[in-house]
Amino acid sequence: MTVSSHGNSGNEEKGKIKMYGLGVLKGMVVTLGHFVDTYVDDIRWLSSKYVSPEKKAYRQSTKGKGLFTVQYPDEKLNIPERFRYIPFLIYEEKDGKHEDRCTSCGICAKVCPPQCIWIVRTNDAVTNRPIPQPKEFYIDTDICMNCGYCAEYCPFDAIKMDHNFELASFDRTTAHIYDKAKLDRPLSYYASLRPTDYAAEEKARAEEEAKKAAKKAAAAAAPAAKS
Amino acid sequence: MTAPVIESTAQGLEGRFPGVVTADTRAGYSGYVVSADKLIDVATALRDEMGYDYLSSITGVDYIADGKLEAVYHAYRTSGGAALTLKVQVPRDDPAIPSLVSIYPGADFQEREAYDMYGFKFSGHPNLKRILMWDGFGGYPLRKDWKEAYFEQDLKPFDSRWPGGNFYRSEEKNPFGHNVAYPEGFNLENWAPEKDVILAPELTVSQMAGGVGHLKTDTIVVNLGPQHPSTHGVFRMLVRLDGETIVDLQPVMGYLHRNHEKIGERNTFLQNMPFTDRLDYLCSMSNNLGYALTIEKMMKLKVPERAEYIRVLMVELTRICNHLWAIGFLLNDLGAFFTPALYAIRERELILDFFEATAGSRMMCNYMRFGGVARDLPEKLNDENTMDFLIDLVHNRLPKAFDALHEYLTENEIIKSRCIGVGVLPPQQAIAYSCTGPLLRASNVPYDLRRAEPYSIYDRFDFNVCTRPNGDIYDRYLIRMDEMYESAKICQQVLRDMPKGGDILAGKPQYTVRVPAGESYGRVEGPKGELGYYVVSQGKNNAYRYHIRAPSFINLTILGELCKGHKIADVVVILGSIDIVLGETDR
Repeated sequence: MTVSSHGNSGNEEKGKIKMYGLGVLKGMVVTLGHFVDTYVDDIRWLSSKYVSPEKKAYRQSTKGKGLFTVQYPDEKLNIPERFRYIPFLIYEEKDGKHEDRCTSCGICAKVCPPQCIWIVRTNDAVTNRPIPQPKEFYIDTDICMNCGYCAEYCPFDAIKMDHNFELASFDRTTAHIYDKAKLDRPLSYYASLRPTDYAAEEKARAEEEAKKAAKKAAAAAAPAAKS
Repeated sequence: MTAPVIESTAQGLEGRFPGVVTADTRAGYSGYVVSADKLIDVATALRDEMGYDYLSSITGVDYIADGKLEAVYHAYRTSGGAALTLKVQVPRDDPAIPSLVSIYPGADFQEREAYDMYGFKFSGHPNLKRILMWDGFGGYPLRKDWKEAYFEQDLKPFDSRWPGGNFYRSEEKNPFGHNVAYPEGFNLENWAPEKDVILAPELTVSQMAGGVGHLKTDTIVVNLGPQHPSTHGVFRMLVRLDGETIVDLQPVMGYLHRNHEKIGERNTFLQNMPFTDRLDYLCSMSNNLGYALTIEKMMKLKVPERAEYIRVLMVELTRICNHLWAIGFLLNDLGAFFTPALYAIRERELILDFFEATAGSRMMCNYMRFGGVARDLPEKLNDENTMDFLIDLVHNRLPKAFDALHEYLTENEIIKSRCIGVGVLPPQQAIAYSCTGPLLRASNVPYDLRRAEPYSIYDRFDFNVCTRPNGDIYDRYLIRMDEMYESAKICQQVLRDMPKGGDILAGKPQYTVRVPAGESYGRVEGPKGELGYYVVSQGKNNAYRYHIRAPSFINLTILGELCKGHKIADVVVILGSIDIVLGETDR
């Protein structure tokens, strides 16, 4: 319930405002400060204005001074690892073969808020039983709202969010409907895109497998001990 | 603030009106059911005898199985405390309810919205017509039996997506041109949108003002917007002018309406979270928090300590972002084109970088979950330790930036002469019109939900509820400056007290949550005012009713009153000082 010390208490009547222009001048000193900062900064980073990652990191830190606008598309800001845009699907390369991580369990399609994920599950040609592999996988990127739920709730780490945001095209009907061929990316791409997340997931998976192996070993050892 | 009130508890309401007011006994519900014909008496008693001087929200629910429409009212005391909920049940085929505009003028737009969406007939409403939809719209979209143009299925997830998800575009099944339904008797050929007579006949009545000396003058009607930079989006003001002076003003909105609430009732509970980002798109974190709190209330979830602190940090940084933006663009509205705005939003840029590194997106954060937050803070931010960055930000960079803004703007004579004494909002009127947020506090009403009805962990922090005495534009500018200092203060305390590690989510991440049947009204002090969520669950995965009490929308109720008597150039500034976002106004 206090009134802070900044500014006047506002009790002045409109007619009584003293018009000496001091307030305007004071404001102009601030503008002058920005003006000088900009030049100092420009001279400091003269040779590396549009390219240097250090310059960008400096501009995006609390120490940053001078101009804070960037000359997109010549100059682009650093993208943090967690940045999310459109999802992609991960495949692993084993013995020269592409192996999808996706098992077409459908969780991403169920959790997707705008319902932009469409999955056709593969059925066995003979028994007609479902095979854990997507036959087709569509994402309507016009509808995708970049929320990241699919990546967050995927139990197999098979779908992740991409960093590429320059997707504009002149066709608004079919060009933005991504099928599996367009969504597939190798695991190495993901590892380079989000190294921290990748390392954490690999670690968790290794631990899980070690646990399973230990359980198996214990289970194998138990009957042996009995007999 | 109001007439002296006889303090009495809400429980006395049943005794005061026997047979008229009965407690709502449905499981998970609270409040009272009032018979429609006595609503005016009950509301008058509420306001004058019990001190419930502030009507927060009016909305409806369609209980189609019972053949009933229910209007829901949430009233509060500006001295603080919990809500009093009133409900009025009427048959679906004749939903007549007396209007409360005479008692709470703030009911005006909200009743029009309830009429627009549900078809409630509020008798005695001075201007009951559609507000978000246009005249040529058939049906009442939030009724459960109304289906949208691209209707696929009542509830998500849709069956067509998996396992046999062969893609098709909705336009293939429902081509353009077949997706419109007009009301009965509506003739498109005869409808002329440019004729303001349809929108506001009372504005177009030509009157001889005859004010200027001996000259006989006529008033004219002018449209400000919808495509106009001063309206901060697609918003239109219909103004009647006497020369340059405003005689009457009526806001016209709904250009950005996408029926957020209908979408919300098709979605599962979790699916609504990213949609809340798109309400007030400058403050997605606050929107997330309000929704998360509402659902957590029903699920009775306990949020881990660290998550609570992270939430408060995010929300207060959002408040700073919003106020920087509001101040910068207020100066734009004053005609100081873009230099002050860019100086003001410089620090916002740093905060957004932090949001992006934490949540993955600058503005559409989608960061909160039921029972916590999505991810912990990142370790590094551009090779800098995140905590170092934050500490430097809230201790040095932000306060310095606010000081610089003060230097730059506060004593500026042009700003003072344009703002002081313009658009004055007296405290009683502010409360009566259900104004909230900085708009209310600039009118010297110390009502801040973080103190009046503390949520999350706000009771642990030391901060002031800022007020300003005059309620003019200048005070609305100053109050935002004050609040930014207070927010920075809260952030400093968060960084000091936040546990170093620990859970950030109660339980395991779940993509389907079941919410026990019942209702819940959760509200937070958003940067623009009271952001409320009214959610009804029937124990399923989807919300049965999902309503948003949008501060931008309700604060606009007062706009016409504020502008009367001022010059046309002031309208732009007054609108800027209310600080609206059209994503939230139109929903």
